[in-house]
Amino acid sequence: QKVTVEVLDHLEHLALVDFRDSEGVERLQKAIQFADQLQEVNTDGVEPMDTVLEDRCLYLREDDVTEGNCTKELLKNAREKVEEYFVAPPGNIPLPKLEERDTFLQGS
Amino acid sequence: AAARGCGGIWRRAWQRGAGGPTPRGQRAVACNATGGAVPAGKSGLAPWVPVVGLEIHAQISSNSKLFSGSQVQFAAPPNSLVSFFDASLPGTLPVLNRRCVEAAVMTALALNCSINKKSLFDRKHYFYADLPAGYQITQQRVPIAVNGSLSYSLCTNNKMSQMVTKTVRIKQIQLEQDSGKSLHDDTRTQTLVDLNRAGVGLMEVVMEPDMCCGEEAAAAVRELQLILQTLGSSQAVMAEGQLRVDANVSVHHPGEPYGVRTEVKNINSVRFLAKAVDYEIQRQIEELENGGTILNETRAFDSKLGCTIPMRDKEGKQDYRFMPEPNLPPLIVYDAKSLPANMNHQQVVNIDWIHERLPDLPSVKREKLVEQYGILPEHSFTLLNEEGLTEFYENVVKQTKMKPKKVIGWILNDLLSYLKQHSLTVKESPVSSFLLADLLNLLEKKEISSTAAKQVLAELWKGEGKTPLEIVREKKLELIQDQKELEQICQAVIDGQENEVIMRVLG
Repeated sequence: QKVTVEVLDHLEHLALVDFRDSEGVERLQKAIQFADQLQEVNTDGVEPMDTVLEDRCLYLREDDVTEGNCTKELLKNAREKVEEYFVAPPGNIPLPKLEERDTFLQGS
Repeated sequence: AAARGCGGIWRRAWQRGAGGPTPRGQRAVACNATGGAVPAGKSGLAPWVPVVGLEIHAQISSNSKLFSGSQVQFAAPPNSLVSFFDASLPGTLPVLNRRCVEAAVMTALALNCSINKKSLFDRKHYFYADLPAGYQITQQRVPIAVNGSLSYSLCTNNKMSQMVTKTVRIKQIQLEQDSGKSLHDDTRTQTLVDLNRAGVGLMEVVMEPDMCCGEEAAAAVRELQLILQTLGSSQAVMAEGQLRVDANVSVHHPGEPYGVRTEVKNINSVRFLAKAVDYEIQRQIEELENGGTILNETRAFDSKLGCTIPMRDKEGKQDYRFMPEPNLPPLIVYDAKSLPANMNHQQVVNIDWIHERLPDLPSVKREKLVEQYGILPEHSFTLLNEEGLTEFYENVVKQTKMKPKKVIGWILNDLLSYLKQHSLTVKESPVSSFLLADLLNLLEKKEISSTAAKQVLAELWKGEGKTPLEIVREKKLELIQDQKELEQICQAVIDGQENEVIMRVLG
């Protein structure tokens, strides 16, 4: 079962990945096939597991102030800043629609 | 069908006057507070049933953030209260703050919820400049508490003499991270991002759509605010963003399925909440009666124009791609029965321990005031509704011999109305409880009349530092107790009005 162009387009929007070429899409297909092997196991009556950490104790921290006050260091990573604020574009710049953008998926 | 708040029915009853697109409708029928459907009116138009649900985010009152040790504080220099984890730098991990868990448990108990002894954390993914990780850690699958209720009061008439109790069901309470703040700089078409708020602990309280109008929504939120402030789990000041409310609004005809709902955001006060909800209900009714449809969209409330407008960035349905938070094992909270022996106390959140230490909730406080002082329920409602007023009242009662039932009149009619007129809080009152008690004592001892007392109070408001007794002497407001003096005065009056007296006597 192939992954449709609609799903690939949806993924490109959601995760801002770029499948780049047929090899990229093929790799995705193979990854899905690999993961699908999980479906072969009969899990009737078995509680799903999220994490092997499920029996670990979740550590609870005391409500003390121990961090922060490193504005200068944090802003070192910023390409642009204005008076100790990070600068971002005015809003999310949406990925153009499939027909309007330069993506391998166009040809599919 | 879900249990409903009041079965309130709306009818379109406005005049189409010269005017813009905004509905100028007046509510033809106030929500039927006694419940039950209202039959269609003479106009023949089918009645509408509005449905209102609320999602409330309350900032947890704690020293540090939910998953990091950065300080929680309003109005600090930008990006000064941000740790590497809050900025989502690689190699950092979340560490849960015990105080935040306790705050959520307290709130859940106060709202009669079932606590999930095991709850889970998830990631909710979306892109926005103030969410550096690209996801928010929340509790989508199994939140910390479910199935609670909140009772609140409404007055059925404007005079506050008839109060009705309503209940709204609480679907769940979950712990989650707050995002940073975006400041939109339109002149330079850029957004400035401050991450001080990123990672602050929030309790999201989800209320079922049991309400039917702005007044109910406002009353429910007000009561929740008082509860949170009483518990101390959140300071819940809406103006400082510590309590944020989103309203989900739809309308439908009785007996038909629920209509498409819209989400209304950007509501900054309890008063605006009522306005926003009522506006949106009217807008939807008008749209549908004109043959239009309602879009499942997010709208922002514009407080200046008093209307809701579609929000730009929220177009289209979001796919949040929820997944379990891999860095956090399940959160376990205990009660006396389930608590294992020899556990480190610092690592334990004990529901029973917290339950035993819950303070009196507002509803209990009100009942106690009514019982202790013999005042009416609506009096105790007002006392609790104004910050510091209950304390003021009780202080006056302690310092005067006047019956509490009489004192309440002076507090609510005289003191409170003055404060409201001058936009003062109880703390800012130029008249202290000591001074008022002093004045009421003079009245009680019959040294002055009640009219004189009001005059003295008017003087006291000036805050010139004079005592009630000094003002009484100054203005000669003492009641004359001397029998002879009274007789002389009466005689003088009679002498002065001889003709009238003769007419009276002759009948």
